[in-house]
This record gives sequence, C-alpha cells and structure tokens, in this order.
Amino acid sequence: MTSASEPLDPALRVEALASLLTERGLIDEATIETFVKTYEQSVGPMNGAKVVAKAWTDPEYRARLLADGTAAIGELGFKGPQGEHIVVLENTPTRHHVVVCTLCSCYPWPVLGLPPAWYKDPAYRSRVVREPRQVLREFGLDLDDGVEIQVHDSSSEVRYMVLPERPAGTEHYSEAELAALVTRDAMVGVAEVAVP
Amino acid sequence: MDGIHDVGGMQCFGQVPPLTAAPPFAEPWEGKAFVIGALAARISGGNLHAFRHAIERVPPQEYLVGYWNRWTIGAQTMMEDSGIVTDEEVRARAARLAGRDVPEPPPPTPHKPQMPSGGAGNLRPLESPPAFAVGDRVRVSDLHPAGHTRLPRYVRCRTGTVAALQPSAVFPDTAAHFVGENPQHCYTVDFDSRELWGPAAEPFRLSIELFEPYLEPAT
Repeated sequence: MTSASEPLDPALRVEALASLLTERGLIDEATIETFVKTYEQSVGPMNGAKVVAKAWTDPEYRARLLADGTAAIGELGFKGPQGEHIVVLENTPTRHHVVVCTLCSCYPWPVLGLPPAWYKDPAYRSRVVREPRQVLREFGLDLDDGVEIQVHDSSSEVRYMVLPERPAGTEHYSEAELAALVTRDAMVGVAEVAVP
Repeated sequence: MDGIHDVGGMQCFGQVPPLTAAPPFAEPWEGKAFVIGALAARISGGNLHAFRHAIERVPPQEYLVGYWNRWTIGAQTMMEDSGIVTDEEVRARAARLAGRDVPEPPPPTPHKPQMPSGGAGNLRPLESPPAFAVGDRVRVSDLHPAGHTRLPRYVRCRTGTVAALQPSAVFPDTAAHFVGENPQHCYTVDFDSRELWGPAAEPFRLSIELFEPYLEPAT
C-alpha cells in the first residue's frame, strides 16, 4: 500500500510512473502530448461559451439545450469523456444555479475543459453546499436576497453546465462577440457575465 | 467509505481560493499526471469508479497536498491493485531519476480484474420500473459502506423530494469493486438547506443525484 511510506515529491512520482509505464509499453510520449495539447488547446470553456452564445441568440436552440443538453451540445460537436449526460441549468432573475462535486471534482469536460484549481479545492467543495450565498460573496458575487440559490452536487455521471443570464446592453452583439464575454466561472455559477 | 474526500459541509478549510484563470496545467508534470490518471483505468483493467475509490483511499495528509498529487497516487494505487506496478518499484525508479544508485525490484505479475461490461460509458437502460416518482418524499438511508459509495455523509438520514429521474446507470458501489455493473435507477433529490444544516442555515435548495439503493420512502 502506498500509504505506509514516506511522502514522495509529486513531480518525481509522476516521472517515475511514466518511466515504468513507458518501459512496459503501456504509455508513450506521443499519447501524453496529444492528451495534454487537447485539454490545453481544444477542450475548454471556449466550447461552453459557444453553446451559451448560441442559446442567447437562437430561441429554438435554447429550448433544445434546456430539454436535452447532451444532444444540443453535441450539435456543436462537443462530446467526449465526462459528457455522457449533460444537463443545462438556466439562471434567471429569481433563480441562481451553482455547481459543485463534493466527493471528487466531477466537471463537464466537453464544454468546460478540466476544472480550475478553486473548483477542486476542499474549501469550495465543503462550503458551497452549506453556505452558498457567503461563498459567492467571497467570490465577488453578491446576489439579491430575492434570488433563490440552487446548489447542484454532481454525485453521479450527470454533469451540469449553467446557462448564465445574457447581460443587458448586448442586444446588438454578434454570436461570436457574445461568446467572447462568457466565462468559465459564469458557466459553473460562481459569477455573472459582465459587459466590459 | 467515510474518508477525507467526503468534504461536503466540513468547516475547517477556510476561505475559498480566488477565481484565477490559470491554464489547466500549472507545470508540465501536472499534464503528465493527468494523462497517467486518465489512462489508469485502461492500463489496469479497472474503471472510473475504481479510480475514484483509489483516490478516496489516498491518506488524508497526502490527499490534501493537492489535486494532481492525489490523482497520481490514486492512479498508482489502481495499478498496484492490478499488479501493473509496485510502490517499491516506483520509489526505486524515483530515486534513480533523482541520481541515487539504488537497486530496482522486479516487476509484479499483472492480475487485472475481469468484470463483464454492458458497454461503453456508464448509462444503462433498465427494464425494471423506478421505485420512486417525481414529487415523492424520500429519506436517505443511514448507509456507511466500507468501500466506494457516491452517497455523501451530509445527506444521510435526511428527507428530500424527488425532482427528476436521471438515466439509469452503472452502480458505482459495486462497479468500483469489480463485483458487477449492477445498474440502478438514479434520481435528482432536492433538499431544503434547513433539513441539512438546521434552522439557522442560509435558505437555499440543494440538489443531488442519488441511486435507488440509497433511498427509502419517507414515512
């Protein structure tokens, strides 16, 4: 059992594992590079931002997205690991959704990429299911008392993405301009979309 | 298992970190760690649930070092369980990479788990009808299994309302231990925050997915 021994430097452990697995033909440098590049360059919150911008500008798409998130997201070509069943939650002036995974760090990879550090932090995971309004305030989002908060703990293979409210003053924005405004944090529900 | 990973509602972790827009991997080793973990189930003959359970078994002091550390140790644990590597080998190789001339132990004999799979992914259609319907009041059972579960402590023994039926899926509690996919109905259950945290709690609604074996009718 790994537990019995002295701590090993995390980076050194990774190198040692990679070295042993490479020797055994179980992993190779090219595969590692492909994976890393994929999640650094092509799978990230820019995908979710396109989904949101399309939902803001195309009412029929928005309806499909809220009825069957996985299929509507798939229409834009976004699918893959951790995206088997995606549910989209619409924030409104009276309801604010925020997403967490208290048991690990489940996250909708196809639309948001890999989770950011704060999402994986025990402080966020422990507190947002107990005092979400206070947590959101610490993040800089001070919601009116009239807004009902709904916290979603991703404990199964269902993954959640928040459809944030479209900010006022963006009526003449193109879909691409809108997508540029949408942040990862807004699609988890810890921020609102702002106009610069 | 009631481990360090089950942090929902704990009060000891302080302020939330800032919302920084950092890249997915702060350092190159983190990217490599990600790939090793992402491939660990395939390499070891395991599955996603076994990987999560391996991370849960990371000792608390190591778990709290950071995400990619627990992810890597979890991947290694799953590979140790299948005889792909041993901890002694990893430590010896690490020492050699660090420039120390230590002997390397022989590799183990692989013994991968053999569990029949109903296909790719985790969603599995079920013939049997669900026991609960939207609107039903349900109580979460007082279950404390020693192995893997997706039932967090903070909802046990609490009463909520079924808000939605989700697709039936592989049951993590058995799949993680390779004793069968054992697909189950899965529900979104809503709880009033005061049911979870007492009358002084912030008012809000907590929604969580719970598998049918975790639930009983509220009386």
